[in-house]
Amino acid sequence: MNLLSLFVLIPLLMLGGLWLARDIKQIRAVMVTGASALLIASVALTVMYLQARAAGNTAEMLFTDSIAWYPALNICYSVGVDGISVAMLLLSAIIVFTGVFASWRLQPLTKEYFLWFTLLSMGVFGFFICTDLFTMFMFYEVALIPMYLLIGVWGSGKKEYSAMKLTLMLMGGSAFLLIGILGIYYGSGADTMNLLEIAAKGNIPVEQQRIWFPLTFLGFGVLGALFPFHTWSPDGHASAPTAVSMLHAGVLMKLGGYGCFRIAMYLMPEAADELGWIFLVLTGISVVYGAFSACVQTDLKYINAYSSVSHCGLVLFAILMMNQTACTGAVLQMLSHGLMTALFFALIGMIYGRTHTRDVRELSGLMKIMPFLAVCYVIAGLANLGLPGLSGFIAEMTIFNGAFQHDDPFHRTWTIIACCSIVITAVYILRLVGKILYGTCTNKHHLTLTDATWDERTAVIILIACVAALGIAPWWISDMISESVVPVTDLFN
Amino acid sequence: MEYTILILLLPLLSFLTLGLGGKWMSHRTAGLIGTTSLGAVTVLSWLTAGLYFTAPRLADGTFETLIPYNFRWLPFTETLSIDMGILLDPISVMMLVVISTVSLMVHIYSMGYMKGERGFQRYYAFLSLFTMSMLGLVVATNIFQMYLFWELVGVSSYLLIGFYYTKPEAVAASKKAFIVTRFADLGFLIGILVYGYYTGTYGFFGEGAELTGMAVKMVPLALGLMFIGGAGKSAMFPLHIWLPDAMEGPTPVSALIHASTMVVAGVYLVARMFPLFIGYAPDVLHMVAYVGLITAFYAASVACVQSDIKRVLAFSTISQIGFMMVALGVCTTSDPHHGGLGYMASMFHLFTHAMFKALLFLGAGSIIHAVHSNEMSAMGGLRKYMPITHWTFLIACLAIAGIPPFSGFFSKDEILAACFQFSPVVGWAMTIIAGMTAFYMFRLYFGIFWGTENKELHAHHTPHESPLSMSFPLMFLAVVTCVAGFIPFGHFTSSNGTAYDIHLDWTVAGTSIAVAVVAILLATYIYKGEKQPVADAMQHRFKGLWTAAYHRFYLDEVYQYVTHKIIFRCICRPIAWFDRHVVDGTFDFLAWSANAAGDSIRTLQSGRIQQYVFVFLLGTLALILLLLV
Repeated sequence: MNLLSLFVLIPLLMLGGLWLARDIKQIRAVMVTGASALLIASVALTVMYLQARAAGNTAEMLFTDSIAWYPALNICYSVGVDGISVAMLLLSAIIVFTGVFASWRLQPLTKEYFLWFTLLSMGVFGFFICTDLFTMFMFYEVALIPMYLLIGVWGSGKKEYSAMKLTLMLMGGSAFLLIGILGIYYGSGADTMNLLEIAAKGNIPVEQQRIWFPLTFLGFGVLGALFPFHTWSPDGHASAPTAVSMLHAGVLMKLGGYGCFRIAMYLMPEAADELGWIFLVLTGISVVYGAFSACVQTDLKYINAYSSVSHCGLVLFAILMMNQTACTGAVLQMLSHGLMTALFFALIGMIYGRTHTRDVRELSGLMKIMPFLAVCYVIAGLANLGLPGLSGFIAEMTIFNGAFQHDDPFHRTWTIIACCSIVITAVYILRLVGKILYGTCTNKHHLTLTDATWDERTAVIILIACVAALGIAPWWISDMISESVVPVTDLFN
Repeated sequence: MEYTILILLLPLLSFLTLGLGGKWMSHRTAGLIGTTSLGAVTVLSWLTAGLYFTAPRLADGTFETLIPYNFRWLPFTETLSIDMGILLDPISVMMLVVISTVSLMVHIYSMGYMKGERGFQRYYAFLSLFTMSMLGLVVATNIFQMYLFWELVGVSSYLLIGFYYTKPEAVAASKKAFIVTRFADLGFLIGILVYGYYTGTYGFFGEGAELTGMAVKMVPLALGLMFIGGAGKSAMFPLHIWLPDAMEGPTPVSALIHASTMVVAGVYLVARMFPLFIGYAPDVLHMVAYVGLITAFYAASVACVQSDIKRVLAFSTISQIGFMMVALGVCTTSDPHHGGLGYMASMFHLFTHAMFKALLFLGAGSIIHAVHSNEMSAMGGLRKYMPITHWTFLIACLAIAGIPPFSGFFSKDEILAACFQFSPVVGWAMTIIAGMTAFYMFRLYFGIFWGTENKELHAHHTPHESPLSMSFPLMFLAVVTCVAGFIPFGHFTSSNGTAYDIHLDWTVAGTSIAVAVVAILLATYIYKGEKQPVADAMQHRFKGLWTAAYHRFYLDEVYQYVTHKIIFRCICRPIAWFDRHVVDGTFDFLAWSANAAGDSIRTLQSGRIQQYVFVFLLGTLALILLLLV
């Protein structure tokens, strides 16, 4: 059996295990075992991948395999990974692992919660290992649907509204996507759904590309919080339970960027070259607009959601720059943002779990009361505003450098505009940190609160360690990614 | 020189140890770990300087530039990458000495000053982080490494200003410092991007490097943008507003970061890019001089009326950094004998200023420690209570005022000489500002140690001399201040690297001494006595001007207005509103209209046979009519 199938198989086994589990202990045991297995598998995959590359294997995708499961439409279960998918799998495994710890004490309906959670994870992993358009789409949907229930049942605030909004908007996106995928399939001569083979042929007529490119890009862009289709994100994140926010902002939103890059840009380069500027403007707006919006929000989760709009905008922005450095930066930003934002949502969830409010006006002086969480929050904030030594810096700098290498002054101008976001980010992060962590605690109910428990510490420490590791030793992962974006960026030179 | 890596690693290790394990350490252990590692760094830095400057010069009379380490840390393209390495040349070695020495003094001093403070371990961890970043900044082998450490010093400064995080003023000040410098760093970043795009490298250009094509046109722009970053860090007008507020941090921090090391990073940046400035952008370089001049004057005039002693020193710092910028900016060639004197003067002043300004701040800390207030009204007549502080403070005041044989005289004299070479107007302007410096420093000196004593307060709580851990750094720095002027600085650093003999131009020196003496006498006349009729009369006579200067000419209010009223109210809020009501509203409307449409045609699917038959019949009738007609 192919190694990659483990990433689908393990969640399936976990689902079985959960179904059999009788009490909370068994549920936790299943989740921790499964999540650890996934983490180990992804680390092992990374090592094997790097070894294979070091040994001189230059194939575009490694560990490929293909099994036909609906031959009438040439739909196969085709798998294969390159540096980008390896990085994404690693990210997903880390977030799923920490997500389990972040929902350690979740009540009620723990078993059902973890069932959906695992299903969602399976969709995400499946999406990243597949190279078949239809199978990818299928896993994408598998990842989306559980969101509705996870938010609708275990969420907070106006959860039904948010769940409905999120699901409908993302479903709308996938409707575009489905049309786009079918368009690509028929446009390319209709004998394979495997994107590598379609790309190798490269025979989608330009007139058709002009139609399918915007549809596909938009379809994934909705998930990547592309302005003006980002509004599901603040409400959805605000209502979702902690681990779901983590998984959603940390991994699911990355599906958008990954799909735009892997499908829209890779398969339809001519149209991307022609029409890319429209999306470039939209993403450029996302970057600055999200940051400005975050400045005046009062709900911790809204601040982070708008911050995500800004940072994910940067991912799509970089992809549209269509050169190796910028695309490497985009993937680094996906990694970095995934880790950072998961960390943020985890911390917000922990603070909310204690104070029962996320309104920044009601919080103050938490540094004295819960020093561990507060210090971690400061670190997350500093990572978010791009402090060197943490992951945000390397991702943003790679993007800005790559984007600024574009020969077109139009693109360089937008790069400068996007650069402005680093100042605005500093404004909202420091405003927040100053407001809720520093100063003296004015709410006497908060004085007796306790600091993080061991399971919370585990989740937070792992995430911080990853953020710091990426920020201190970026070269190996940057190399791994940059050689994998070449097949796509070569199309544009 | 492979051991130089330790200069960066030791403070880093100390930061990690204290940061991660500080919770389980006693104050004493934490202080010792920090101070010991810094002691080792200082020894290594002095050793490096000794070895470096005694090594034989190259054939063209310059010191060899050494790069013991350099590796690709984050590759961007084939040619562009962030490299991490260590570059040793005269100015970076000089900076190593300055930073490690002052930092060591501050580490020792803080053992006394911060004794018993909550968060003592955290304080030492941040000091180590800052020192590591600052050292990394000066030994950077390329502009991007410099930017990276530049951000790190920014954040260490943020953390240290906000050290007393329960104090709202400290939190606000730290936020302000970070955001203002971040804003300036945006200019720096864009400058770097432009520079990299047109020159194809992030490396520094050495003497005589050639640029070609568009690079020649665009490098001045890039340098100008980089200077914005430098101006932010070095508190040049109008980006200086964060520095006076930064005084909310613990006083030793002000001595280290906001007086002698981090705030001169901008000067160092200009000096680092000097060959490019001289070769391709002399106009931008002169802009630097004018910005420096305006800053020096503005800050000196504000310093004359402040009542908080740390604020006076902060404005004095801003003014003195202005001097250094002017000195760099008035260079017209890279030959120290013909128009390039300012480079050496600037570096010399950077060196001497770091020592005597650190001394002033540490002295101020000692005073604040004794009277528990920053305000001059709580002081007066302190000379009899704190002799060591008094004498060392006086030495530093004489140095900054430019009285021989103290170090400030020599370096300031070189700056004035360079200014006179450039243009007499600039020369005279700078001489006058030097006179103002002497005036406000002695106003401060007399206000603290002579003048009207706050007897009531002092009777209640008698001021006392500080412990040895605090007075030792004062004495050490005072000795340095006394002798540093006689260092043959031109032999180590000059605009083209060759040895340059400092010789005093007595017309310039004579004038400046005369101006300084007059200013000191004036300050003595006005501020020395118990009663100060002249001072009161002047304050009364020039009330408007005095109030305006006291409020720093209302620049902070302007910024406050722009950020809060314009940016927050007119950009952020409308955008947030637009997002919720227009963008989101559109989607909600779509959802609502789908809902409403479904609702309104729902009646068609009522399930009532009567209705279906009725519609069916109507339809048939209509068809028949249609066919008939």
